[in-house]
Amino acid sequence: MSKNQFSVIGQSLPKIDAWAKVTGETRYADDLFLPRMAYAKLLRSAHAHARLRAIDVSRARALPGVYAVLTGADLPPVKFGILPVSQDEEVLCTEKVRMVGDPVAAVAAVDEETAEQACRLIAVDYEPLPALMSIEESLAHPDVRIHEYGDGPNVHKNIALQFGDPEAAFARADLVREDVFFYEGNTHLPMEQHAAVAQWGADGKLTLWSSTQTPHYVHRVLGRVLDLPAAHVRVIAAPVGGGFGGKTDPFAHEIAACHLSRRIGRPVKITLTREEVFYTHRGRHPVLLWIKTGFTTQGDITGCHLKTWLDGGAYGSYGVASTFYTGVINPVTYKMPVYKFESARVFTNKPPCGPKRGHGTPQPRFALEVQIDKAAEQLGLDPAAMRKRIATEPFTKTANHLTVTTTGLAECIDKVVEASGWLGKRGGRPARGPRRRGIGLACSAYMTGAGTAIYWNDMPHSGVLARADRSGSVAVLCGATDIGQGSDSILAYLTAEVLGLAPKDVHVHPADTALTPVDLGSYSSRVTLMCGMAAIQAAERLKTALFKAVAPKLEVGPGALVARDGKIGVPEDWDKAVSFARAVELGEAMHGVLAFPGAYAPPKRAGKFKGGGVGPSPCYSFSACVIELTVDEETGEIEVHDVWIGHDVGRALNPLLVEGQVEGSVYMGLGEALMEEQVFRKHLHKAPSMLDYKSLTTLEMPEVHTLLVETDDPEGPFGAKEAGQGPLLPVMPAIANAVYHAVGVRIDEVPITPDKIVKALEARRQGKPARVGPDRIPVFAFKEPVVVESAFGQPADAIVTRPFQP
Amino acid sequence: MMRLPPFTYVAPRTLADAVTALAEHGPAAMLVAGGTDLYPNMKRRQFEPTVLVGLRGLRELQGVRGSGRDGFTIGAGTTLSAVAAHPGIAREFPALATAAGLVSSPQLRNMGTLGGNVCVDTRCNYYNQSYEWRRAIGFCMKKDGDVCLVAPGSPRCWAVSSSDTAPVLVSLDARLRLVGRDGERTIPIGALYRDDGIQYLARRPDEILTDIVLPAADGWKSAYLKLRRRGSFDFPVLGVAVAVKLEGDVVRNARIVLGAVASTPRPAEKAAAALVGQRLTPELIARVAALAAGPSKPLDNTDFTHPYRKKVTRVFVARALRAIAGLGGGAAVEEVA
Repeated sequence: MSKNQFSVIGQSLPKIDAWAKVTGETRYADDLFLPRMAYAKLLRSAHAHARLRAIDVSRARALPGVYAVLTGADLPPVKFGILPVSQDEEVLCTEKVRMVGDPVAAVAAVDEETAEQACRLIAVDYEPLPALMSIEESLAHPDVRIHEYGDGPNVHKNIALQFGDPEAAFARADLVREDVFFYEGNTHLPMEQHAAVAQWGADGKLTLWSSTQTPHYVHRVLGRVLDLPAAHVRVIAAPVGGGFGGKTDPFAHEIAACHLSRRIGRPVKITLTREEVFYTHRGRHPVLLWIKTGFTTQGDITGCHLKTWLDGGAYGSYGVASTFYTGVINPVTYKMPVYKFESARVFTNKPPCGPKRGHGTPQPRFALEVQIDKAAEQLGLDPAAMRKRIATEPFTKTANHLTVTTTGLAECIDKVVEASGWLGKRGGRPARGPRRRGIGLACSAYMTGAGTAIYWNDMPHSGVLARADRSGSVAVLCGATDIGQGSDSILAYLTAEVLGLAPKDVHVHPADTALTPVDLGSYSSRVTLMCGMAAIQAAERLKTALFKAVAPKLEVGPGALVARDGKIGVPEDWDKAVSFARAVELGEAMHGVLAFPGAYAPPKRAGKFKGGGVGPSPCYSFSACVIELTVDEETGEIEVHDVWIGHDVGRALNPLLVEGQVEGSVYMGLGEALMEEQVFRKHLHKAPSMLDYKSLTTLEMPEVHTLLVETDDPEGPFGAKEAGQGPLLPVMPAIANAVYHAVGVRIDEVPITPDKIVKALEARRQGKPARVGPDRIPVFAFKEPVVVESAFGQPADAIVTRPFQP
Repeated sequence: MMRLPPFTYVAPRTLADAVTALAEHGPAAMLVAGGTDLYPNMKRRQFEPTVLVGLRGLRELQGVRGSGRDGFTIGAGTTLSAVAAHPGIAREFPALATAAGLVSSPQLRNMGTLGGNVCVDTRCNYYNQSYEWRRAIGFCMKKDGDVCLVAPGSPRCWAVSSSDTAPVLVSLDARLRLVGRDGERTIPIGALYRDDGIQYLARRPDEILTDIVLPAADGWKSAYLKLRRRGSFDFPVLGVAVAVKLEGDVVRNARIVLGAVASTPRPAEKAAAALVGQRLTPELIARVAALAAGPSKPLDNTDFTHPYRKKVTRVFVARALRAIAGLGGGAAVEEVA
């Protein structure tokens, strides 16, 4: 379809909630006030690893204004967790604490100050245990067990997959490189701190409002841990003030609020402090990576072997998925005929890591893109031309059995190379003074929605109900949550496009498990595609019903009708077209209530081997990024001037929103590349505040040039692919490669900080390798690999029959 | 969210009333001007005053008087934005305008005052933490505890002087007017600071800082460079203030003062003395910069590594001197500042 066939799609429109957001009308979870509401606080562990001997809450209970104090002993002995295979969290710890910040007691009181004071009156008797604060420490102390389950002492998950014969591939290569990288952990830093309000009604039914990206999963967990049928639980997603993956798990504070509300017969609000958000975390895993890749003199990859070690923190969270994601997506970007991937996620006594924008893929992306840059230099190849040469072919399979549909990577590379003046700037430059300019490039790919749900099932991943009103409006009910990415707006645009309405005529209802059809949640860049396809189906069904009712009125067949400009009629006889409101009246008279469902589940493409369920996606987005910066050789300070980013979004349903997602991704990526670190000292988070945890301010934000590429993917709604996560991925390696171009030192570590650059420059002056980064990997036995034939280069079906989408 | 503890706010309208109120409430009271540092610290229970004496209503503390020829008198309640934007100060004492303009963020400079920045609490990343955090680690001697967590064997506190304007004002030989129960006194600003993270000010408990008095500009040139992670918001983790009095191209007098590498603004006296009677050649600047790094003794209690902060001291001193001398490298200096 060409652009001019659309009326709404392709236009740069403000988000439908833009006005409410900027004027303060939006009511976030912490803005909810219910009659008789109490306020809750959690007492959190001050120890990183300790046995709980006793908890004395008597003084807290006696404090005036305190309604209730709960400990783990007051709650049903049931553990929870987002993944069925990692049910390892407790609402309030009973036997031991595994990190500073683990909740041990919950207080509800007349106000927050009283609840906080009561927490300070609770006496906890801890028996300290040795705390394991790094991958190396946890592997070196198998006698100290953080959890009793997993794939070995302190090993949560141990996986190995092999596609083809890597040794033979390396033997074929002209250049084989082995490199070691470390990617430090960092956190999401949403503006909104997590908040929830629980109301256990007098009717015995529970309502929970929460700032969550996954109301459906929270609903399922509450139905399991509360001793209450899920049918009597209602979860309403409040508008989310930034998620980025940090609000994707069910959380102890949400469940504690429910228990407290039941106990005291009042609604209970809980709002985390910024410090608590740092401990709640679920952010980027620190990952140590070893990567070995074979290259031909032309730059082709003969094969790749990747090992990753993830520092998982104290709990499972999404960790099993994260573990796979540190390996499975790399082969999507470049032709990689042979691939071996080994990974282990290790428990440590730190806040649990989980999904942060890019979930598990920025770390291996950094390793691969920096290694390719090093290889290109050794081979005398231009890094941009080399990457373009090895970009994957459309509609083929990767070595690890993923299906690549469309790819615009080559075009993305062309665009950023041209816009940045790459060729002119790569040459030698006059070096004068301490400030040296450099330019670097990197590419990436990302999924548009996970191909499998958190729990295995054959049901839709996304459902939409479209109900037409006699006023001429359409209500769209969907369980998706708008976390700022604009998913509500996308639902309105798609519905409006199909029905010939303006987006303002479409009302999008927030996710409410009592009202809206299930959507799995706002994660894995799945919402635009999956909800979008469901919304289109629902709107098409509604349109069919309306056409059927309007046709006899206009004395034509339904096939002659079109819906546009708020009317339904025959294009050649548009004067007689009826208004949408009139069409609804005719429709209701014919059919009764006009409410139509749409449903979507991704094509079933999971590889038929263990672990084959992680990585498949309906389609993949592609990005290429060029960054120009200056490095001060005396201070190591980096000033980023310009970021050019080409992104294959399939189709930009709203270019303004896509650019916003790209710019936001670049912003977040620069923070990770340059300064963000979730690090610990004496078992405590070193900097749990927005002043001391360093993240970019507007003053560090360079010019971002977004260059969109449209490939019209057959899997996406009107051809669209994701834009919310992929554009983050190439930013960090592009920075590393630009720093190298500027001053000739390799920082094989994220973040790339001034002190590391100064250190590397000093090393070079002393005749040592001009590099800062890890130089060894743990002695560790990975699992015997699952050996599967490489599917590389096999043709992939252009369009697969999707469930629920005839 | 973190909440303020309960307290009584006293809002005097005159300096005399403020002095009386401060004396009346004794150690339970603290002064508050812009509140940009005090209130967040109170939320973390670093301070637990039961009475705050507000200085915002005192017109006596407002405004800039004087000229470059006679010197300026800056009311302690003048906002940092106003100091940074004052054309006379920017012309005659550019280092002060620069430093005031680099404190925190525009919003906080509109609230925060020069007097507040001169008296701002010392900082340490074992101390600028919530009550729960500090309790978990066992508290430090600056508040609620009895050890220094940066230097556990040390009998003293090593919290860091984190004012941008203090090293500049020391380098400019500013004087301070303090008004207390027993009248007023004027002291050199150097006498205000003590090399102790806890008792970092020699201000008497009943005294209010009312004015910052700058001497005549009289041929002095000045520069300030600040090291921090980001271009906004952050406290200095190194500040370099340089003031040089030139006669022709010969240095007649010089002061180099380092901020954020000790509990007090730290003069680099040997380095400054090495400038006197000399021309500002690149060779001299390199030698003086190396000397100036000597007194820079940062510890591991701020952002960035302390060896790095020490290394950058030399670079920044050299850059500040090159900027004053009009030598190359000035561009880099400006970009850093």
